[in-house]
Amino acid sequence: MNSAVNMKTSIADLRPTQHGRLYWTITDALTLAKRQLIQFQRIPEELVFATIQPIMFVLLFRYVFGGAINTHGVTYVNYLMAGIFVQTVAFGSVSTGIGLANDLQKGLIDRFRSLPMSKSAVLIGRTLADLVRNTFVVIVMLIVGLLVGFRPEGGPLGWLLALGILLLFTFAFSWIGATIALSVRSVEAAQSAGFIWLFPLTFASSAFVLVSTMPIWLQGFAEHQPVSVIINAVRGLTLGQNVASDVWQAIVWCLAILAVFVPLAVWTYIRRTAR
Amino acid sequence: MARNDFAIRAQGLEKRYGETRALRGLDLAAEEGTVLGVLGPNGAGKTTAVRILTTLIKPDAGHAEVAGLDVVRQGDELRARIGLAGQYAAVDEYLTGRENLVMFGKLYHLPGSVARRRADELLERFDLTEAASRPVKTYSGGMRRRLDLSASLVIAPPVLFLDEPTTGLDPRGRLEMWDVIGGLVADGTTVLLTTQYLEEADQLANNIVVIDHGHVIAQGTSDELKTQVGGERLEITLARGGNLNTALAALRPYSAGEPQIEAEHRHIVVPVVNGAQQLPAVVRDLDSAGIRLDDLALRRPTLDDVFLTLTGHAAEEKPTPDEPSTGRNSRQPARENEKVTA
Ligand SMILES: Nc1ncnc2c1ncn2[C@@H]1O[C@H](COP(=O)(O)OP(=O)(O)O)[C@@H](O)[C@H]1O
Ligand SMILES: [Mg+2]
Repeated sequence: MNSAVNMKTSIADLRPTQHGRLYWTITDALTLAKRQLIQFQRIPEELVFATIQPIMFVLLFRYVFGGAINTHGVTYVNYLMAGIFVQTVAFGSVSTGIGLANDLQKGLIDRFRSLPMSKSAVLIGRTLADLVRNTFVVIVMLIVGLLVGFRPEGGPLGWLLALGILLLFTFAFSWIGATIALSVRSVEAAQSAGFIWLFPLTFASSAFVLVSTMPIWLQGFAEHQPVSVIINAVRGLTLGQNVASDVWQAIVWCLAILAVFVPLAVWTYIRRTAR
Repeated sequence: MARNDFAIRAQGLEKRYGETRALRGLDLAAEEGTVLGVLGPNGAGKTTAVRILTTLIKPDAGHAEVAGLDVVRQGDELRARIGLAGQYAAVDEYLTGRENLVMFGKLYHLPGSVARRRADELLERFDLTEAASRPVKTYSGGMRRRLDLSASLVIAPPVLFLDEPTTGLDPRGRLEMWDVIGGLVADGTTVLLTTQYLEEADQLANNIVVIDHGHVIAQGTSDELKTQVGGERLEITLARGGNLNTALAALRPYSAGEPQIEAEHRHIVVPVVNGAQQLPAVVRDLDSAGIRLDDLALRRPTLDDVFLTLTGHAAEEKPTPDEPSTGRNSRQPARENEKVTA
């Protein structure tokens, strides 16, 4: 009889290999990240839609509002693009949450949890894959920017640093998106709760206008909140300005967010799934 | 605790969700190499029990061992010895069948080459080789279930948990699954299978535990249970204006117990033995007594009967809020009642 369990591969071969905890955390995370990278290729329309919205923003601000916005000595499109990059990858954190909520709903997370794999790999794998996804989106946005007249003057070093900060930022925000999704009960809630807090942060910021044109009561928040800090750093670096202090602040903000939200997301994950 | 011959043993499991007591002192035991069928209606606590035994959740009270390992304290080791196929096919829709199995193999920490070889074997065994390179999205319900089952068999686990493996499948898919599960049993794997269908437990399980409201209300082999439940029933519905008493008198010689009467629906249920042999005579007698019928049916014990007999209440249906909706029927009769319309 064709045996279902024991086949050519002997049971002895089906023993797990032995490695340390850290090894498996990384390996399992990469296995799951690979799963998502395959998904991205199978659902290209998802990526297309992820880029259409920021492209609309570029066109809207570049050609509709831009003429009315004064950016003191910098062309508006050069001013705008840093804001677009940061807003785009910030919104990317929502897809981390939606993906997780989907896996929870479909029972995949239960299956993962019944396997002898690392628990945190589920979150690390997803945030890593979303980092790759957002890198792709940033590159698309850069090309779009160049097409509409974005002419940054920063050197290659500044560019690399700007890209590094953007990716660190999107990675950090992905963990916030994960935490939110794990705190709500449905995919729909993960989507709306994931978006809602990003609006004040990305619009009451230096993304589209100079903070100094806002009412005084808003300026304090708009100037110091993390999204503005990141935008200022990216903008300064791409435009070749001296923004050392913004760069430091940006990196510290990202690391602080990670320090809080990585453990918080893992804790929420364990709490949510252990019911 | 010392090892014993039980691959699964649970004692006094309790689990509470707010006001709901999902499990109240559930006891289960399955000897190595046997199939334990856990039979119960929607909301009985089957999934909760499976989730505790597969380390997904912790019981509020009670104790359970699977493969000689404590499900709470030795969860990490235990996860390397069990397979779980849940109530819903938990595979990645966008990955192909093969990609899914290789992924699960790697997550079981098999070396990549072994994971790939094993994936191909399982695909072949479960008749999925042709579909192996297609995204799961394109699979039929039955194919998904088979893939889901293969995923739970990647490491040939000594203990396998199948939570309602055929719910939502069409009759053909169900028969295919039975065949596949029967094959596992022949391999000596210990299986805990939950189901809402008496017929399924009957077909697959050595021992059956009937649970309701989170605890065991009956157990035994399927024959033992059927004896407890009682035999066949003859159900008739009189044509409009038919006389119930005349009909009852005509049926009396055939009845093996107290008839149940629903006067307003002109409906009579009579326990019978050897119903199929008696049926022609019953029809003749009713006819010569001048009774005209709307409906006549011979029914075998269903899960409803098990419940009616064992608990005195019907197997009621409770919605389970946390589950993804798949648009399936939550409860279907164990088998199509053989129905003869007069
Ligand atoms: N996560 C949960 N939160 C709240 N109630 C739950 C949860 N899981 C199960 N229940 C409740 O516990 C009871 C048993 O559910 P379950 O084990 O899923 O039953 P079955 O699998 O037999 O249909 C039901 O009343 C169900 O609503
Ligand atoms: Mg269930």
